[in-house]
Amino acid sequence: MTRTVHPALIAFTALVFLFLLAPLVIIIGAAFSDTTYLTFPPQGLTLHWFSNIFQIEAFRTTAITSLQLAFLGTALSLLIGIPAAYAISRYRVELPRWLSTLFVLPILVPEIVFGFSLMKSITIGLGLPLFPSLLIGHALLVLPYSVRVVSASLASFDFSIEEAAISLGCPPLKTFLTVVLPNIRAGVIAAFILAFITSINDVSVSVFLTGPGISTLPIQILAHMEQFFDPTIASVSVLLMLVTVAVMAIVEATLGLTFLTK
Amino acid sequence: MTVSLSIDSISAHYGKTAVLQELSLSVAPGELVSLLGSSGCGKTTTLRLVAGFLQPTSGTIKLGDRDLTTLPAHARDIGLVFQNYALFPHLTVLENVAFGLKQRRMATRERQQKAATMLERVGLSGLGDRFPSALSGGQKQRVALARALVIVPPLLMFDEPLSNLDAKLRIDMRVEIRQLQRANGTTSLYVTHDQEEAFSISDRVAIMNAGRIMQLDTPETLYRKPANSFVARFVGFENLLPLRVLEREGAFVTAEAGGGARITLSQDDFGPIPDDFVLGCRADGLSVRRQGNGLPAILGTRTYLGRAYQYQCETSAGAIVANGALSEPMAAGSSAVLAPMPEQCCVLHPEK
Repeated sequence: MTRTVHPALIAFTALVFLFLLAPLVIIIGAAFSDTTYLTFPPQGLTLHWFSNIFQIEAFRTTAITSLQLAFLGTALSLLIGIPAAYAISRYRVELPRWLSTLFVLPILVPEIVFGFSLMKSITIGLGLPLFPSLLIGHALLVLPYSVRVVSASLASFDFSIEEAAISLGCPPLKTFLTVVLPNIRAGVIAAFILAFITSINDVSVSVFLTGPGISTLPIQILAHMEQFFDPTIASVSVLLMLVTVAVMAIVEATLGLTFLTK
Repeated sequence: MTVSLSIDSISAHYGKTAVLQELSLSVAPGELVSLLGSSGCGKTTTLRLVAGFLQPTSGTIKLGDRDLTTLPAHARDIGLVFQNYALFPHLTVLENVAFGLKQRRMATRERQQKAATMLERVGLSGLGDRFPSALSGGQKQRVALARALVIVPPLLMFDEPLSNLDAKLRIDMRVEIRQLQRANGTTSLYVTHDQEEAFSISDRVAIMNAGRIMQLDTPETLYRKPANSFVARFVGFENLLPLRVLEREGAFVTAEAGGGARITLSQDDFGPIPDDFVLGCRADGLSVRRQGNGLPAILGTRTYLGRAYQYQCETSAGAIVANGALSEPMAAGSSAVLAPMPEQCCVLHPEK
């Protein structure tokens, strides 16, 4: 069966894609510009700004901090989020309804308020060092994603499968690890990726929790831009894009991208 | 190793609502007992209590001389077959069947062999490498059956195992389940809402209502001699007629129905008749005659059933359904008498 598509629809779709992708094209172009300021179309062609990233110590250290925060924060959020999502789905009838809402609250609170209150409570209130504060902040920031995405995959999980395993002699914890987890694997990976990307892109929460000697990559990018309006920023952006594309390519190759939208 | 299951006056509550009240039930070694009732009658709750997924608020559950009441579910050693199969989607058919053996720390070679043999017994040899998603409903339930049987459980429990299958397959499967259960001599508890299924597969059936067992008997007894009005209605006695004895003469009893209609019954045919009683009659158990001994009635709408004509009748005691002979169709509006035939009727004590 062939279907005719209205030409206006094609034009509109193209327009949407142009709108989405044009800024990225501009950034990519600007990253190769042989000027000391951001410009498009690029004047000349150089890789200087890419090598410049690696000359600046701050980019390297903050990138490492960002990766550490993203990995550890996401792991922490899953450690709390998976059991929480499990409990919410498994004991849906017994548990109060507001409990599942509670876990999405951090999304509803403006991030800037969230960041500020975290600074007041853990950095100043508890007097925790900066890295643990940042870690807690990031874990809380991404917790809603972990809980929601894992819950979504648990929603299609048939809990009588769990009961079958238990009836066959498998203790509850072992059942969770060997029967429930493998069946919500896609959801856990999706949650990990979403949470990871959210964490590594975060500015508003991090900006309150960073301080002397410790910063994250997005904040370093902002700080750099305040002093130098050169194409380094564009080249950092290009590198970040490449990392994201690489992650997505791996996901596509191993699991298929469709599971992210499931 | 065949043992009995004894459930002794267990009660269960969801919050403050009682779903089971002092229910007692024993299943003899090797026997298959069904719990039959509509949804919400407590049959599934009973099964889940025995499985250990719910805790009773009082009472005890014993399997042989092992007290299960406080034992965690995974230590109960019960084979379970679920309505929606509940196969492990991430494991192959063979791994599904071998799962219980793995929990019992059986060596890999041995458990694969046993699982393969069991698959053969349920007619699925050669499908061991498939994943459950590649099987049909009937095949899935066979895998579930094999998975439950391979651990040689002292008790097998079925929770509406055939409800998701089509009618033809349902009949084949219930015969197969019965054969396997008989061959292994496994004590079994079977939950269903389907009367035909329960009657055809069970040694005894417990008809349940509102958290209680209304009657526990062989299918034949339940069908012929229900113990109360609820069971009578459940097994298809369409008409329940309250009557009061006016006169006794030898074996004969003359009784009056509501509205003053009289009928004479013989205790030789109907068994002992108390002074107040309810006569349960199937539509087939009322012969429709032009005159004679019986309940006077005005015939209403006539429908054709193939084996008989069915009449919606009006009597002084209320509306009654009766099936009349094909040889003698009667017109709507004509008067007739409805004579109870003993083998299709039962005498019940009135509900207090």
